[in-house]
Amino acid sequence: MSEIFKGIEPMVHNSKISVPYSWWAGDTASKFFISLRDARKIIAPRCGKCGKVFMPPRKVCPACFTENTDWVDVSDEGTVVSYSVSRRRLEAIPGDKKVPVIWGLIKLDGADTALLHYLDEVDPGSVTIGMRVKAVFAESRTGGIRDISHFKPVK
Amino acid sequence: MAKRVAIVGTGQTFHKSHRPDVNGQELINEAVQRALADANLTMKDIDAILIGNMDHFEGINYVDCWSVDGSGGVMKPVIKITTGGTTGASLAIGGYHMVGSGMFEKVLIIGWEKNSESDTTGAITTAFDPIWDRQVFAGAISGLAAEAQAYMARFGASERDGARVSVRDRKHAMNNPHAQLRKEVSLEDVLASPMLADPIHLLDVCPRSDGACAVIMASEDSAEKICPVPDWIWGTSAHNTYSYLGDGDWGRLTSMEQCAKEIFKKAGIKEPRKELDVIEMYQPYSFAGLIWIEDMGIIGHGEAPKYVWDGNTDMGGELPVNPSGGVIACNPIGATGLIRCAEAAMQVMGKAEGRQVPDVKFAVSTGFGGCMWTNMLLHGKRKPN
Repeated sequence: MSEIFKGIEPMVHNSKISVPYSWWAGDTASKFFISLRDARKIIAPRCGKCGKVFMPPRKVCPACFTENTDWVDVSDEGTVVSYSVSRRRLEAIPGDKKVPVIWGLIKLDGADTALLHYLDEVDPGSVTIGMRVKAVFAESRTGGIRDISHFKPVK
Repeated sequence: MAKRVAIVGTGQTFHKSHRPDVNGQELINEAVQRALADANLTMKDIDAILIGNMDHFEGINYVDCWSVDGSGGVMKPVIKITTGGTTGASLAIGGYHMVGSGMFEKVLIIGWEKNSESDTTGAITTAFDPIWDRQVFAGAISGLAAEAQAYMARFGASERDGARVSVRDRKHAMNNPHAQLRKEVSLEDVLASPMLADPIHLLDVCPRSDGACAVIMASEDSAEKICPVPDWIWGTSAHNTYSYLGDGDWGRLTSMEQCAKEIFKKAGIKEPRKELDVIEMYQPYSFAGLIWIEDMGIIGHGEAPKYVWDGNTDMGGELPVNPSGGVIACNPIGATGLIRCAEAAMQVMGKAEGRQVPDVKFAVSTGFGGCMWTNMLLHGKRKPN
């Protein structure tokens, strides 16, 4: 650092701009979140043309480009497709999560795409690709993806 | 009306972790002045400007307007392109389209970043979906970690194989005075460095840099008059794969595979391993140096570790990768993709000095972005047919 600033008095202007946002989930995601919050059930839209079941839910199939109108039940159990362990406290990690944070891409039984979520109740060293995991629902649910608290190994 | 397009000049700053001695406009100006000097042109010769950087990194949204004092854009058409990590490569492809259309004769392309001015991880996080991925996310290198884990599980590669790539790029950077990090490391250094997101160690990944790069493209009507050996653009390609992290085919970069197939077919390249002379790859972490050369079609799936260990991608090897030291040695993000393009152009033009690969006929440069996107350009010494 000292070398970088050699011969320079760094003049800095610190911004205090704050720009809060509110993001609308939209009807499709809301249907999923309401089911999660009120019934602890995971549902997903299916493409009427290619039959692909999407997680997270989406209104239009990106391949067929037609509207997904069918909804199907998806299991709360699935398989770990990939994962990593974040060992450093970063801005992106929610305040209530303590490092090391394990997250995984989980393909739920009945879905064709994986869901990004946290893995917990497991040692970081024993997570493997192909591992079977099950959703643990949050006690207090408010209508968001964190109404699932995390996924834990299926015993 | 369509024209063949060549790069006739390039310029870069000496990239560093912090540039407190200049503001953004002044940083941009350094790269522009060097590119103009390289091409022996003045601002009067330039018909239009393309400029880009990362959204949120400096918190200045009207960069196209704000930067005109530095870019030379006063009373000229200026367009901003920003596509995340691929920004620099998208700028190059945009410049190719503008000149190739025949509507602009000479276009100045600028990529820049002052990463030191914000929280890079926080800013990158804004690239992910706020309702889904951002709620359960854990840092900017998560997608890369998912890729490396899946590749290792599929093909039995090791952390040591990844580290070998980092050792190579950091060694190559010793030949590049523009690179930010110029310090050789050993395999042991990489493996002993702190684990950031398994299996990625600190020395496996790129730094954040302040820097700018400028490239001047001209049509076939003037390219050879400006420059005795211009770098001809033989083809460009861009593919984007997914919206959500869970959609990816982890362990493979399908966008890279598609770009390579498209470009090599167009240029009639059947054996890229033999026909290419050098690759400047947007490789933000070491494992990509294994996975992505397989997806580019250089060698078969699972064969990269041996190919790299045998020295084929080192300077003096069969197909050197990242003579500049690549992204692991230097990463002013909005400029990074354009630096790959400029470095590939310098190789073709014979201007790469201490990092020159002998007699380059074909070079590839790429760009990479957060959602596993790939942009690719094929550069050649011969004028395309």
